[in-house]
Amino acid sequence: MQKSTRFGPFGGRYVPETLMEALLDLEKAFGRADIDVAFQRTLSTILTEYAGRPTPLTCCANTSRDLGCRVYLKREDLLHGGAHKLNNTLGQALLARYMGKSRLIAETGAGQHGVATAIAGAVLGLPVDVYMGATDIARQGLNVDRMKLLGARVIPVHSGSRTLKDAVNEALRDWVASVGDTHYVLGSVVGPHPYPLMVRTFQSVIGEETREQCLQKEGRLPDVILACVGGGSNAMGMFHRFIDDPVRLIGVEAGGEGLDTGRHGASLCAGTEGVLHGALSYLLQDAAGQIADTHSIAAGLDYPGVGPELSHLKQSGRIEVAAVTDREALDAFGYLSRNEGIIPALESSHAIAHALRIADHLGPDDIMVINLSGRGDKDVGEAAQRGGVPG
Amino acid sequence: MNRIDRWFGEHTTPAFIGFAVAGDPDPETSVRVANTLVSAGVDILELGMPFSDPVADGPTIQRAGQRALAAGTTPDEVFAVARAIRVSCEVPIVLLTYFNLVWNRGIEVFYRDARDAGIDGIPIVHMPVEESDGVREAASAAGIAPIFLVAPTTSVVRQEAIIARASGFLYLVSVLGVTGVRDRVAEETVSLIRRVRCRTGLPLAVGFGISKPGHAAACCGAGADAVIVGSAIVEIIERHLDDEDAMMDALSAYIFSMRAATGAKPG
Ligand SMILES: Cc1ncc(COP(=O)(O)O)c(C=O)c1O
Repeated sequence: MQKSTRFGPFGGRYVPETLMEALLDLEKAFGRADIDVAFQRTLSTILTEYAGRPTPLTCCANTSRDLGCRVYLKREDLLHGGAHKLNNTLGQALLARYMGKSRLIAETGAGQHGVATAIAGAVLGLPVDVYMGATDIARQGLNVDRMKLLGARVIPVHSGSRTLKDAVNEALRDWVASVGDTHYVLGSVVGPHPYPLMVRTFQSVIGEETREQCLQKEGRLPDVILACVGGGSNAMGMFHRFIDDPVRLIGVEAGGEGLDTGRHGASLCAGTEGVLHGALSYLLQDAAGQIADTHSIAAGLDYPGVGPELSHLKQSGRIEVAAVTDREALDAFGYLSRNEGIIPALESSHAIAHALRIADHLGPDDIMVINLSGRGDKDVGEAAQRGGVPG
Repeated sequence: MNRIDRWFGEHTTPAFIGFAVAGDPDPETSVRVANTLVSAGVDILELGMPFSDPVADGPTIQRAGQRALAAGTTPDEVFAVARAIRVSCEVPIVLLTYFNLVWNRGIEVFYRDARDAGIDGIPIVHMPVEESDGVREAASAAGIAPIFLVAPTTSVVRQEAIIARASGFLYLVSVLGVTGVRDRVAEETVSLIRRVRCRTGLPLAVGFGISKPGHAAACCGAGADAVIVGSAIVEIIERHLDDEDAMMDALSAYIFSMRAATGAKPG
């Protein structure tokens, strides 16, 4: 029992006593739903008919020519809502209904998970409260309005660094008071068991499709796959199906103003082991264990922790990790927009930026897949402010 | 014998447990706060170790933690505060902490340092019994009581598991939610005390939201052996940040009024 709550040494269930029974119930319900044919059929139908799955695996002719290898984008930007987040929120919202819960709460950084939860709540008839840091509310205004339009209540969080970590804290405080009727839709592969496993399961459709699509188009698997890492849900959703394959998997984190400045969000690259938000994982913290303030141009990557499974895969050497600075991400944001006519989310731009870096080492027959976790409409204002939009 | 066990062994009246964040508003003043609480009649002192992300706490104790952190209250500093209190009294001291601070110091080192600072019991906010093998081992080696929480949501099966592993006392979380002052003792609190009372001889301490003499009397009447008062004390500290003597006077007056309520009912 204890063992299955972990990935290697990472993970676990470090939560207030008040939440333990709810997590045990959730684990049981998820286990049942996972093998419940009717539940799976409902989920699969809503993912295709409503959310727009499967998403394309786009061969990028211009970028391939430019980089000298075969470049594909997995187009989660085309999923309803504009990011991969809906795969998870539809799954969890259905599960919440399955468990008889009548209210959803969520945290959000970039606003994409908040929007995706608001969408799931609207379509499945569940009221939604979203906690969002005041700093993020200021820089992701479009998504705040979208959430409100979708019927969700957006609750500003003024504590701590006023970003994603503090939004999680506040959502947890809500949940200990409301656990009887409320389900907490956690937005990434973080938190106590069963969240990392459950969110990965709901997101694994990304890698399943990618594998099939690549085999169909190329007759073989990709050589290298890149995904950005905030908490790690788009990365784990993409990587999971390829773990046992001979494929390089690279997680790209927020390098912020540079790893040596201390102003970044790169927990896998620069963190140490610790316990935050219910799980043991790599964290950005001081020597005593006080959590560090983080920074990233991408609100969705501005988080001091990372999922336990990614922590394990990093420690075991199965995945490579890298960090990309704000500046490099902004350049990649412009690059993909100009070259392919696709405006990527600033989060996803981190994966693209690292792809540009490593292309030198790839040959013309090498296949590179980048998980385009979301689209960048929400970031256009922020990019313009930082000189990322041509004058 | 552990000071907590000794206290409950020697008393038949309920204990009044007073909580303050160590280092609030700064380490030096917080030693004075603790000494004041003890002189005014607190039976057991509970110190909170300030953490950057106090997920179990409401706004009052969050602000106290921020004041303490801003004043440089590291875990080392918390142990220094405990040692300074220990110089002048034998009151049992309980240290409420968040697990990441224990983990980063090294579990064994943390418990050894806590013992050396005169601490008698440690509840950890995010430490369900399922994850507690390491901390219980370290606690036992250091002679410190591993204190566990029981919530209104805790099932009978898990209550039994907790009771089997806890010592010192059981910390009953009186309501669903975070710390903070509340108007009245909820029906669920009384029923929680009754449910756990019939399963164990361990002392039961009720916390979260207890602030008025009537609350304390209601809990003790239902069978509790102690009440834990936190946010109400922290609020008094917060109201008198600019006048330390007035802070101490107000704390003393408050403790006297609460002390009378717990002492009134035999346990
Ligand atoms: C488009 C996009 N990509 C990535 C992320 C980061 O989350 P994760 O690492 O869980 O995929 C976010 C989070 O808000 C996002 O909006």
